Amino acid sequence: MILQPAILALLVSSFLVSLMLLYAGWYGVLILKNWDLASGSDLQLNLEKRTYLISVVLGYALVFQIFSLFLYIFTADSLHTQFVGAMCAAGSLNVNHYGYPTLLLKIANCLLSGVWLIINFADNRGYDYPLIKAKYSLLMILAPLVVLEALLQFGYFKGLHADVITSCCGSLFSAGKRSVGADLAGLPAIPMEWIFFGVMAATLISGVVFCFKEWGGYFFSAASLSTFIISAASLVSFICLYIYELPTHHCPFCILQKEYGYIGYALYATLLGGGITGLGVGALMPFKKIASLVQVVPLIQRRLTWLSMLFYLLFTILVASKMLFTSFRL
Amino acid sequence: MSSFINRHRNIIDFALSSLLRRKIKNISLLGVYTLIIFVLASLIFFVHALRREAALILKNAPDMVVQRLMAGRHELIPVDYGQKISSIRGVQDVVPRLWGYYFDPAIGSNYTVMVPRDNMVQPDNIIIGTGVARVRKASVRDLIAFQAYDKTPLLLMIQQILPYESELVAADLILMSEQDFQSMFNLPKGYATDLAVSVANPRELVTVATKIAEQFPDTRPILKSEILRTYDSVFDWRGGMMIVIMSAAILSFIIFAWDKATGLSAEERKEIGILKSIGWETSDVLFLKFWEGIVISLSAFLCGVLLAYGHVFFFSATIFEHALKGWSILYPQFRLVPAIDAFQLTVLFALSVLPYTVATIVPAWLAASADPDAAMRS
Repeated sequence: MILQPAILALLVSSFLVSLMLLYAGWYGVLILKNWDLASGSDLQLNLEKRTYLISVVLGYALVFQIFSLFLYIFTADSLHTQFVGAMCAAGSLNVNHYGYPTLLLKIANCLLSGVWLIINFADNRGYDYPLIKAKYSLLMILAPLVVLEALLQFGYFKGLHADVITSCCGSLFSAGKRSVGADLAGLPAIPMEWIFFGVMAATLISGVVFCFKEWGGYFFSAASLSTFIISAASLVSFICLYIYELPTHHCPFCILQKEYGYIGYALYATLLGGGITGLGVGALMPFKKIASLVQVVPLIQRRLTWLSMLFYLLFTILVASKMLFTSFRL
Repeated sequence: MSSFINRHRNIIDFALSSLLRRKIKNISLLGVYTLIIFVLASLIFFVHALRREAALILKNAPDMVVQRLMAGRHELIPVDYGQKISSIRGVQDVVPRLWGYYFDPAIGSNYTVMVPRDNMVQPDNIIIGTGVARVRKASVRDLIAFQAYDKTPLLLMIQQILPYESELVAADLILMSEQDFQSMFNLPKGYATDLAVSVANPRELVTVATKIAEQFPDTRPILKSEILRTYDSVFDWRGGMMIVIMSAAILSFIIFAWDKATGLSAEERKEIGILKSIGWETSDVLFLKFWEGIVISLSAFLCGVLLAYGHVFFFSATIFEHALKGWSILYPQFRLVPAIDAFQLTVLFALSVLPYTVATIVPAWLAASADPDAAMRS
């Protein structure tokens, strides 16, 4: 294991987030088993009070989660100098089998935490805790995933051993060792460009239809999830090529560096924002008919849809401007 | 939207006045918090600046150094190895290097003695680093007496003192001619300390190094990238070790913060009780506590980071330098170039503000969820 301040910071933050989620999860189990709004028992009153705590805990956990996602990429990037063949985070994450699964799980957990907060927001608008069971059921999925992520992350960092010079041997690390894969292989660029713009257009159109006609909420949500996945694949496949102006460099992490004007942050923030709000629309669909939420849910859904479209539109504008205003052509 | 902003503005207003009402308690918390952040930030900035400095220095190092090993130890290398190595395809240049260490009993420190490449030093002359000039209180045209290998005295005149900019690398450096080097150390003829190899295409470095290691099994080629990697991991390790050692202090601070947050005074309890009885909801009180935490954390973070910046970049990290730089009699005196990026601030944030926030969530909720009548009666 490499003892670096950033690694310690990540381990500490994952440990704390897991602890918070386990704490919230424990009360989640109690709520799922014993919740009875009609009862005035001590337990019920206590649980009602606890729901505030759990909302706060999860709010913080989501912020920490997003924070740790970027810190993780940053740390992986700063570690690349210590491994033969690694040029940036893409290489360091390849050093052992835990690197990429941890990253994917971190992204998934960010999305799920966002959806949880949206459901929680809607629930707080109803006077009778209408979504209490739904949100704590989602917590039952989220908590184990966050704990799994912390374990995978620990596995990743534990398995890192820097290729340093040792005084006892004359062997050359660089020659004897398997070099880590320095880059990612992307899907073919030209078809991906068509798919990316096609899916983005479909999402935006379905969003407008949903806002004005109140029809196709599930479709919009599914489309925005597909857009999220396809945009992430497009980042690796062709968007990065335009940013680096290199036909071979597919790394989705170097765009976070100063050399590229930190454009990666804008891209990832809009992508995550679009994904979370788009998924939130679908997550609220089953609750439209609940009496205490009849007025609230459609309003929240419309706002989420606009937000999601705004995020995706910004993402598309960023991508398109990069593609248009560079002399690089594929 | 504006009602949302107004609501939070009012809560922040209340939070600030409530913090000011309990000055002593909050200033003591802020003081300890700032101290923790100051120590952590100094450490992180210092390690990062040293890493950066090492990388800058090594920029001009040779692509590859070939050393000879005997019985697992560094040995002198025959110069004719260099001729054979230069015939390997891709090798641009091989330069035998002569360097060693000289212990000066007068001041009890070691100098690095080296023969420069381009005969820039005349026989009987030396060029010295500023550190050597400082400890020997010498200036240009002064004579310095050395002891040769056979204890005979060797008098050399200072031709030049290296400029201050090179202090970090050259504080303890003495450059002399090959002839004086020989009379000082009596190296066997036809041997060098090691060989500096340059390769035209950096992508071929590994292949060339492999060929050298195969043709001369008693040698050890070391690439510049490997030296950089080793430096990086050494500095990382030192920084990490210091944080592990300091974790006890961080933990104590968290316990302190937890204690401060849970130990509400009767007056504070009453205050929350009154707020709730006049219509504040639990979530409003939670927001109040949230903003109080933000104010304390950001103030401490800002003060701690500013103090650490001054400590590391203006006072050369006086508190940590001995632990992190290693030990030596002849320390280079240098001012680190200020270099801070978002990464270090994020790490610092995760190590300090995050645990503090987690420690105060439950106490904040306990305070916010108390029943108004019970709170007022207590």
